Formats: sequence, C-alpha cells, structure tokens
Amino acid sequence: MAEPLYFEKSFDVEGGSFQNAGNVSGQIKGILKDLGVSTDIVRRVAIICYESEINIVSYAKRGTITLTVTDEAVKIETKDEGPGIADIELAMKEGYSTASAAVREMGFGAGMGLANMKKYADHLIITSELGVGTYVRMMVMNFQKILHPDLPSITL
Amino acid sequence: MQLDELVRKLGLRVCCAEGSLGRDVRGGYVGDLLSDVMANSREGDIWITRQVHQNIVAVASLKDLAGIILIQGSEPTPDTAAKAGAEGIPILVTDLPAFEIVGRIYQLIHS
Repeated sequence: MAEPLYFEKSFDVEGGSFQNAGNVSGQIKGILKDLGVSTDIVRRVAIICYESEINIVSYAKRGTITLTVTDEAVKIETKDEGPGIADIELAMKEGYSTASAAVREMGFGAGMGLANMKKYADHLIITSELGVGTYVRMMVMNFQKILHPDLPSITL
Repeated sequence: MQLDELVRKLGLRVCCAEGSLGRDVRGGYVGDLLSDVMANSREGDIWITRQVHQNIVAVASLKDLAGIILIQGSEPTPDTAAKAGAEGIPILVTDLPAFEIVGRIYQLIHS
C-alpha cells in the first residue's frame, strides 16, 4: 500500500555558488519543523542536506535536491550535472577527497561529506556516471511511526 | 550561561546580532572543518573557529548554535557579518588563540 505523501519539493542548487551554500538546507529544515517532524530527524536531515548541497556547489555545474516527506520517512534525493564519481567505494572512505585547494581552504573537502551522509541516513544509494553526473538517494526513517503506526501523523 | 555573560567576562568584541546575546550557551565545539562541526556540534554550543567566510553562518544556523567566536583577532568578512546579522547569529571576536579561549570558556561553563 502506498503511504500517504505529505510534502514534496525540488530545489535548484547552483554549482560554485558558495555564497548561497546552505540556503536550500535551511529552507528544508524550516519546512520539516513546520510539518512537526521530530527534532532528531530534522537534525539528521539538516546534516545530510548540507553535505549534499556542499557537494553540488563544490563539484557540479548545477543540481537539484528533492525533499519528500511521508509518514514513515524523510527522503532526500540529489541529482547533479557534474564530473561523476570514478570510484564510489573510495569516495565513501572518510578522509578521501578530490576537492580543490581553494575549497579545502574554506574548511570543506576534508573527505567527510559522503561519510557523514552515510552515518546520518538510514539508507543511502549512490549512482554516478563519469562526465554526466551523480544521483544520491537518502532516507531517514521515522522508526517511532513505523513501530507505532497508530500515532498521529503530526509526530513524524 | 548566557552569551552576554561570556562576552562580558572574556572581553569579547561583538561584531553582529547584538540582539541575540540572551541565548543560552550549553557547551562548545572547536573546529575549522565545516563537515566536522556540522556533524558533531550540538544545539546551544558556542563554536570557536578561525574560519571567517560566510558559510560559517549557515552551519551555525542549521545546527542552532549559540554563536561563533573568531580567534586571534580574526574579523568576519563583510558578507559574513551581514548574513549573521540578518539571521541573528552572534559573531564574537577574541584576540586569544583557540587553546586559551577554549580553556577559559570551559572553566566558566563548568564552574
């Protein structure tokens, strides 16, 4: 049975635009708070969203971040037009990074982004094509709601 | 402890968001890697860093940090100060290096 959909929205992220980095994550955090999503889930989604946004800004020409909120989970999907990831397993390793010196100077590119996304999401899937771009899907599950389905939806 | 008490006792220079100094400081986090701060800081922490660019404001705002202290007299860039002012994130400056200021803050919070 399809679960009821509460919210879905896509946001554009411009590559290289460090002055706007974090804006989409801030909007998504605000939406989740307004929907009454629990603090712990908001915190985890904010982290994975911010890392996703920084990855698009740091590496891609442009991308989109799509937020989907259902009763059972918050889903974040990112799709970018970028260089793609040659070796996803290697890219997932904490400390591995291909970031430029300029990006590192700002305190990004420490090889923690994908590792953080994996740590704070319950499910993470990455597909990538060199020279085309990268797709990432992350889910943060609302286990309280899954275990107690009769809880009111506002507790999501 | 409230932020304005920290400002007074440590002689911090307030760069922006003076109206938000009533915030509670529950703890602290030190770091210049934004992913590290993003992942490991907690709500209500005061963040001690040497990064002065405007992305520190997004991190502080997303993590509901109490404020940001820049070390060794580092000034925020003008766009950082403007953004922090608009979002009500206090940016404070100390002339001390990180080790010194962190030690003093730790003592104040835990005394």
